[in-house]
Amino acid sequence: MDESIYLDEARDPLIIAEGWMKDGKDVAIATVVETWGSAPRPIGSHLVIDAEGNFHGSVSGGCVEGAVVTEAMDVIGSGKARMLEFGVADETAWQVGLSCGGRIKVYVERLG
Amino acid sequence: MDPYVLKTLNEERRARRAVVVVTDLGDGRDRIVREGDQVAGDLGAAIANAFRTGNSRSVDAEGRTFFLNAHRPRPRLVVIGAVHISQALAPMARIAGYPVEIIDPRTAFATPERFPDVALHAEWPEDVLKRAPLDSYTALAAVTHDPKIDDFALKAALDARCFYVGALGSRKTHAKRVERLLALGAGANQIARIHAPIGLDIGAASPAEIAVAVLAQTIHAFRSRGLEEKGAVA
Repeated sequence: MDESIYLDEARDPLIIAEGWMKDGKDVAIATVVETWGSAPRPIGSHLVIDAEGNFHGSVSGGCVEGAVVTEAMDVIGSGKARMLEFGVADETAWQVGLSCGGRIKVYVERLG
Repeated sequence: MDPYVLKTLNEERRARRAVVVVTDLGDGRDRIVREGDQVAGDLGAAIANAFRTGNSRSVDAEGRTFFLNAHRPRPRLVVIGAVHISQALAPMARIAGYPVEIIDPRTAFATPERFPDVALHAEWPEDVLKRAPLDSYTALAAVTHDPKIDDFALKAALDARCFYVGALGSRKTHAKRVERLLALGAGANQIARIHAPIGLDIGAASPAEIAVAVLAQTIHAFRSRGLEEKGAVA
């Protein structure tokens, strides 16, 4: 359990996003805005992505981050925010999903 | 997200101040609301709730959908006095989610043997609090019984608007303490925030039972802090 009362600057996604911004990089911020059932990460959790596909933080237990990063590249390009929804993984389909059985909504926006 | 919002958000988080980021999910516009800022209507009520509970959520107001992301500092408990009560309080509070720091300049009391796995400062509160100031997400319990050690920390806790301030001692002891704090420049309404005798009245007798009473009072103060401050000076 993390017991520090101070920010973990080296791993905090919002601190990292600000650092990227100062370095002149294009950045997208993904945020869990709604959850249903057993979602792996709480509402408000962030994943931050740069234009090269580097990312920090998480919006799930690793199940959907790949898809969010791909969408984030488009958002960085277009500047238009997107709302993504992920549900239970369907074994017969190609789509990504959450193995835990929950559903999440992720808002992806460009920084600036 | 507006770059200025991100910069401000990180500044506030580093300074251990609570903020809510309000994002209009329709047009993507966002802004920072600080604790105590006045926001009218249903949105204002939802923001106040986010500050109080620490829960982030989407809310429909004024015909729009907003996402409220609550960023609250982690609460902590600073204990003045490396005494028997503190030995029980430190592990209990940590389990309850309130990391503890203990300050006591008496090196015979403040030893790592008596306090394993606790942030322990064998120094005067004046020196420690200069480095790591108190804030409104910190609780302070003064349990040394010694005015030379307790008084400065109590005054500092009142000035920093700590969400909980408790002081060990009988009513008689506390009456004398009130006089001293008044002399130090504390206001009567500030001093009235001190919980003394310390702890919820559960009939605690042993040091460990007193620790339970102090922890329960701390939790109550934290969970009701938004309600308590309603109507108070913003």
